[in-house]
Amino acid sequence: MRIGSLRGNLTKRHQGMDGKGKDSVVSILIEVVVYAALVVAYFFLVLHFLGGWLMDLYQRDKRVYAIAALFLIICQGVLLETVTTALLRWIRSRVD
Amino acid sequence: MDFLISNVHISPVYLVVIGFVIGLLGGFFGVGGSFLAGPGLFAVGVPMNFVVGTDLAHIVGKSIVAAKKHRALGNVDIKLGTLMVVGTIAGVEAGAQLIQYLKHKANVDLVVGICFVLVLLSISTFMAWEGWRTTQRRRNEAGSSKASNRGRGSKADDSAFDHIAQRIHRIKLPPMIRLPESGIERISLWAILLVAFVGGFFSGFLGGGAGYIRMPSMVYFLGIPTHIAVGTDLFEIMISASYGTFTHAIKGNVDILIALVMHTGAAIGAQIGATATSYFAGPRIRLAFVPLPLIGAAIIIYGLMTGHHAK
Repeated sequence: MRIGSLRGNLTKRHQGMDGKGKDSVVSILIEVVVYAALVVAYFFLVLHFLGGWLMDLYQRDKRVYAIAALFLIICQGVLLETVTTALLRWIRSRVD
Repeated sequence: MDFLISNVHISPVYLVVIGFVIGLLGGFFGVGGSFLAGPGLFAVGVPMNFVVGTDLAHIVGKSIVAAKKHRALGNVDIKLGTLMVVGTIAGVEAGAQLIQYLKHKANVDLVVGICFVLVLLSISTFMAWEGWRTTQRRRNEAGSSKASNRGRGSKADDSAFDHIAQRIHRIKLPPMIRLPESGIERISLWAILLVAFVGGFFSGFLGGGAGYIRMPSMVYFLGIPTHIAVGTDLFEIMISASYGTFTHAIKGNVDILIALVMHTGAAIGAQIGATATSYFAGPRIRLAFVPLPLIGAAIIIYGLMTGHHAK
C-alpha cells in the first residue's frame, strides 16, 4: 500500500515537472516572438533616426561621442532588461 | 542597413542573431563572448579597430542585463567584484604594454595568436577533466550515501580541486577579508587581486573580457561557487568594459549603432541564458563550457593559417 502511494506521488511529481518544463519553453517562445516585433518597431522608430545624429557627433567631438555612446548602451541595457523581465512575467502569468 | 561611422553595410538580422547567440552564452557561462563576436563582425567587413571597440560597447549593454538577472538570483558578490575591478584594470594596462613591446620586437599577431590558442586549449582540457572527475565523484557519493545528498539543490557546488582553494584560503598575508556572499570566511586580498590581475592581463594582451580565464580561476583558486563566479564575473566585466568602451570611443574605434543593434538580440539571449543556470549544477555548467574555448582556438588557428585577423 505504502509503496503504491509513493509510486503514485512520484508519477504525479514527474508529470508536474514535465508540464512546468513545457510551460517554460512555451513562455520563452512567446516572449521571443513578441520581443522580435518590439525590436523591429524599435529599429524603425529610434535607431533609424539616431544614425545621422551619431555620425555628426562622431565627426565633431569624439569625447562627447564617447559619453553619448556609453550613455546609450547603458540606457538600452537597462531598458531592454526591464522590457524582457516584464514581458516574461506577463507571459508566464498568462500561460499559468 | 548602412552603418555610417564604420562605413559598412550589414543586415540588422545578422547582427541581432549574432547578439542573441553571444547573449545566450554570456548569460549562461558569464563570458563576454568576444571570441565569437569579433570574428562575426570581422567576417562581414567591419574594420579590425571597430571590431575591438564595438565589441566592448556591446559587452557593456549585455553585461548589465545578465548581471542584473544574476543579482536577482543572488549570484553576484558585489564586494568581490568591486575588489577585482582594481586588479583587472592594472592587468589590462600591463597586457596592453606587453602588446606595445611585442609590436617593436616581434611578430605580434603570431605571438598573440599562439599564446591565445595555448591558453584556450589548456583551459578546455583542464575543465573537461575536472568537470568529469567531479561528476564521477558525485555519482559515487550519491551511490554510497543517498541520504547525505538530500537537500542538495541545483546550486550545490563542489570541485575536484577544492584543496587548491583551501590552501589559498590558508595563506595569511594581510589584509585578510571576509566574503560572506561567496561563503568564504577569510582570504587574503592579495589572492583576489592576483587572480583579477591575471584575468585583466589576458584581457589586455588577447582582447575581449577574458571571462574564459577569470571565471575558472575564481572557481579553482579562490573557491567561489560556480554560480557566484559567473554572476560576479559579469558584474566585473560590466565595469572594465565600460572603461574600455570610453577609451576606444575617444580614439574613434566604436560604431555604437552596430553595438546597439547587436545588443537587442543579446538582451533576450542573456535573459534565457541566465535563467537556464538555475536548472544546472556547477560541474555541469563547467562541462558545458568546455567546447567554447575550443571554438575560439579553431577561429584563431584558421586566422593564423589564412592570414586573417581572427581576434
